[in-house]
Amino acid sequence: MIKILVYVAIILAIFAIGYVVRVYELATSLKGKKQHEVTDSDNRMMGKIMLTFLVVFFAFVIWNLESFGPKMLPESASEHGVGLDWLFNFNMTILFFVFTITHIFLFYFAYKYYGRTGNTATYFPHNNKLEMIWTVIPAIVLAVIIIFGLKAWNTITAPASDNAIVIQLYSQQFQWTARYSGTDNKLGDSNYKLITDTNPLGMDDNDNKGDDDIIVKNEFHIPLGKEVEFKLNSRDVIHSAYMPHFRAQMNCVPGMTTMMHFTPRITTQQMRDKLNNQKFDYILLCNKICGVSHYNMQMTIIVDTEIDYKVWLHAQATHKSQVNASAAKPVAAK
Amino acid sequence: MSAEAHAHPDAHTGHDDHHHHEESFVSKYIFSMDHKVISRQFLITAVIMATLAMGMSFLFRLQLAWPGEHFAIINFILGDKWGKDGIMAPEMYMALVTIHGTIMVFMVLTAGLSGTFSNLLIPYQVGARDMASGFLNMLSYWFFFLSSVFMLAGFACETGAASGGWTVYPPLSALPQAMDGSKLGMTMWLVSMSLFIVSSLLAGLNYIVTILNLRTKGMSMTRLPLTIWAFFVTAVLGVLSFPVLFSAALLLISDRSLGTSFYLSDIYIGGQALEQTGGSPILYEHLFWFLGHPEVYIILLPALGITSEVISVNARKPIFGYRAMIGSIMAIGFLSFIVWGHHMFITGMNPFLGSVFVFTTLLIAIPSAVKAFNYITTLWKGNIRYTPAMLFAIGLVSTFISGGLTGIILADSALDIPIHDNYFVVAHFHIVMGVSAILGMLAGVYHWYPKLFLRHMNKKLGYIHFWGTFISAYGVFFPMHFLGLAGVPRRYYSNSAFPMFDNLVDINVFITCFAMLAALVQLVFLFNFFYSMFRGPKSEQNPWGANTLEWTTPMAHTHGNWPGKLPTVYRWPYDYSKPGKPQDFCPQTVPLEEGEIDGGGH
Ligand code: HEM
Ligand SMILES: [Cu+2]
Ligand SMILES: [Cu+2]
Repeated sequence: MIKILVYVAIILAIFAIGYVVRVYELATSLKGKKQHEVTDSDNRMMGKIMLTFLVVFFAFVIWNLESFGPKMLPESASEHGVGLDWLFNFNMTILFFVFTITHIFLFYFAYKYYGRTGNTATYFPHNNKLEMIWTVIPAIVLAVIIIFGLKAWNTITAPASDNAIVIQLYSQQFQWTARYSGTDNKLGDSNYKLITDTNPLGMDDNDNKGDDDIIVKNEFHIPLGKEVEFKLNSRDVIHSAYMPHFRAQMNCVPGMTTMMHFTPRITTQQMRDKLNNQKFDYILLCNKICGVSHYNMQMTIIVDTEIDYKVWLHAQATHKSQVNASAAKPVAAK
Repeated sequence: MSAEAHAHPDAHTGHDDHHHHEESFVSKYIFSMDHKVISRQFLITAVIMATLAMGMSFLFRLQLAWPGEHFAIINFILGDKWGKDGIMAPEMYMALVTIHGTIMVFMVLTAGLSGTFSNLLIPYQVGARDMASGFLNMLSYWFFFLSSVFMLAGFACETGAASGGWTVYPPLSALPQAMDGSKLGMTMWLVSMSLFIVSSLLAGLNYIVTILNLRTKGMSMTRLPLTIWAFFVTAVLGVLSFPVLFSAALLLISDRSLGTSFYLSDIYIGGQALEQTGGSPILYEHLFWFLGHPEVYIILLPALGITSEVISVNARKPIFGYRAMIGSIMAIGFLSFIVWGHHMFITGMNPFLGSVFVFTTLLIAIPSAVKAFNYITTLWKGNIRYTPAMLFAIGLVSTFISGGLTGIILADSALDIPIHDNYFVVAHFHIVMGVSAILGMLAGVYHWYPKLFLRHMNKKLGYIHFWGTFISAYGVFFPMHFLGLAGVPRRYYSNSAFPMFDNLVDINVFITCFAMLAALVQLVFLFNFFYSMFRGPKSEQNPWGANTLEWTTPMAHTHGNWPGKLPTVYRWPYDYSKPGKPQDFCPQTVPLEEGEIDGGGH
């Protein structure tokens, strides 16, 4: 019933607008005015609104910064992320400056030069010097941005050091699995053709590099201050391993292995204390559309002190022991 | 060069408006080959598609602001299958986002924008009787029409429309097992896009040939209005890049139906290991973005061209730096072919290659900055007449700057890592591409409405429309930057699975309120648009006091455009407020005086 009323109201509103417009047009045509023609008072009004908009717009931007700014991610939990955040702020400062200057000019001119009958515009078709200036200055600023940016990019994407802890992050619709490379710090071979219900990563049991590998779900731990290298794989479609708190992201592409690495610098507990929120957790999300449950494909990341990390890792079963256990079960049942 | 000879046989010249060959309704309005009719067909189709795509965004914005809430309207529109109890199904969310994006990018801002204004203005502004090939032009519209029908028909499929995002990356889009949207709906998407590409190629070739060959006497390339320059470079970009998308689509079709493995390798899905090995989804990404990036300039350049014209006419000043503007259009066009990798920094592409794309991408910022500065300088010491079109053009300059600046962050590969594919990107591309191009298109509609429909739109409603649209566009898209900086991924049906996003609900509610306002204001436009078509006041011949050739044609839809001979051009199109002239404008058909220098020279 309400639905119908709403539709009726909308239709009536449309007719009402039409009616008002018609009346208005008739009235103005009686006055002998062409209503589409822009009058001086229109120009003045629009010019003033332009100026008002400038003020309101900047008030809006500042209000956004104040009320939404604090909701942004907390300080970076990875070492390279600190540099990235600095670079982001550096660039944003430049950009905000350009944004402010250009908008002030744009809307101020829009106000200052609103049309008045009798005024004439200045014939000013070009000026080589001005044009040179505003080609060269952006070029210089961009050169600075590019140099800083590429320096950061090159350090972040340089190969991980040899003693980085190697962890595989394996993605599938719609969950993550982490596989630690164990004492040898080498991941055992795997092949997608070997995937079964009991061997979800398709591990090749003939390769004993995999014996000490440790497979975990739901939550994985990494140690404070140690470099961690992730090897990313996908079982089915493209996913993206996104760890916003660590300023880290890399796609997981079926058929190939991609990599990223970073060094955590704040433990989960430290971050909880900083944020005054004991429920806080670092999260791994999926950031590449991968199907219906893309919006709910997550894994918790725990950053431990090195000792806690070792304790946790020792408590996890190795791949070998799991294989043995499941091989033993049917025998025991008989 | 006399274009008259090619355009239309001389038999047409000089004949009277009322004594046309007896044209039937069908040949006059449906299968018409007249550029003016085709232009209106494109425009009206695009307005309808834009309304639908905006409606879709309204539905998914409801879901984002109030996930899990029951909305009668969702159930009413989506039915029990996709909107049970008034809650949108996740499958439907993905489909709506995908089709919203595809329609906006291709149907509205590619075909709708170029199709309307290239068709309307190229013959008019270069002084031709029609497009080089009216027949191909007609085909281009009908391919586009079919393509739009197929795109919408996806929603009629049992398994839903395509839902892999507008980029439809394989393997998700290649494997029907991966999601329901990759079944029949994806086939519809591919059919639609293939038809679309045909349409865009036919149109683009026509635009290029017409601009190069059918310019009237005196219309040298450096006397072309900037609109035509923009349409020209746009058409070249389209003709060079759409075929690459076509090949990407063909390979995808082949992977879907013929068991090939261009994009597929080592996949285990639906309890089964697939045979395909050796392919790579990254190949698809390269092919897609080779079109995808030029595509954003295919969208933007015509809007910028329209803005140049509208700003100059209404500031009553020559556009500042005409030659620099042409140079930057060409630089942007060229560079847009070597920047596609900025969409792929974190796909596993070689990091060194990433550095190269950082460099080329940031180079594009230079000609873009030149354009922005030139627009602002054109306003300086002008005598600005605020038609609704002028408001929209100034709005475009603002969004082009604010959206372009965040592009500098995204182009910086290192900074892209934490924000790639999240709401920061959604904010960026909506402002710089979506909003700017829509504002440019609306500026064009208000400015050339008298040429399209021979009448005027209502000015006051135009003012309301502009301020409502402009304010709500920033209200919707500005706060999205903060969602991105809080780490919210795009294409998420709901953020409620993550406690870390719980404090962002109010931003989403805020955004959706402005999205509703934006939608409401568009109703004002729709009303004004359709009402004025029949009831608007009739327009005189040159209502804005403009210099370009379209205003030298009579206010009637004359077949062949000029009843008599084609006009001859003597000057560039930007002689506004030139000292020593009786009026503040001086049409291109006015001969130069003794000793007068053309083209703004001194
Ligand atoms: C009424 C105005 C609009 C609103 C409220 C709106 C809202 C949105 C939102 C919230 C998304 C992201 C959804 C998600 O990632 O889950 C989106 C996606 C998108 N929108 Fe819009 N939009 C509007 C107009 C436009 C326009 C004018 C364009 C033209 C370019 C556009 C193009 C796109 C594209 C390409 C996507 C990406 C789709 C994808 O992820 O595959 N939108 N829109
Ligand atoms: Cu996903
Ligand atoms: Cu791009």
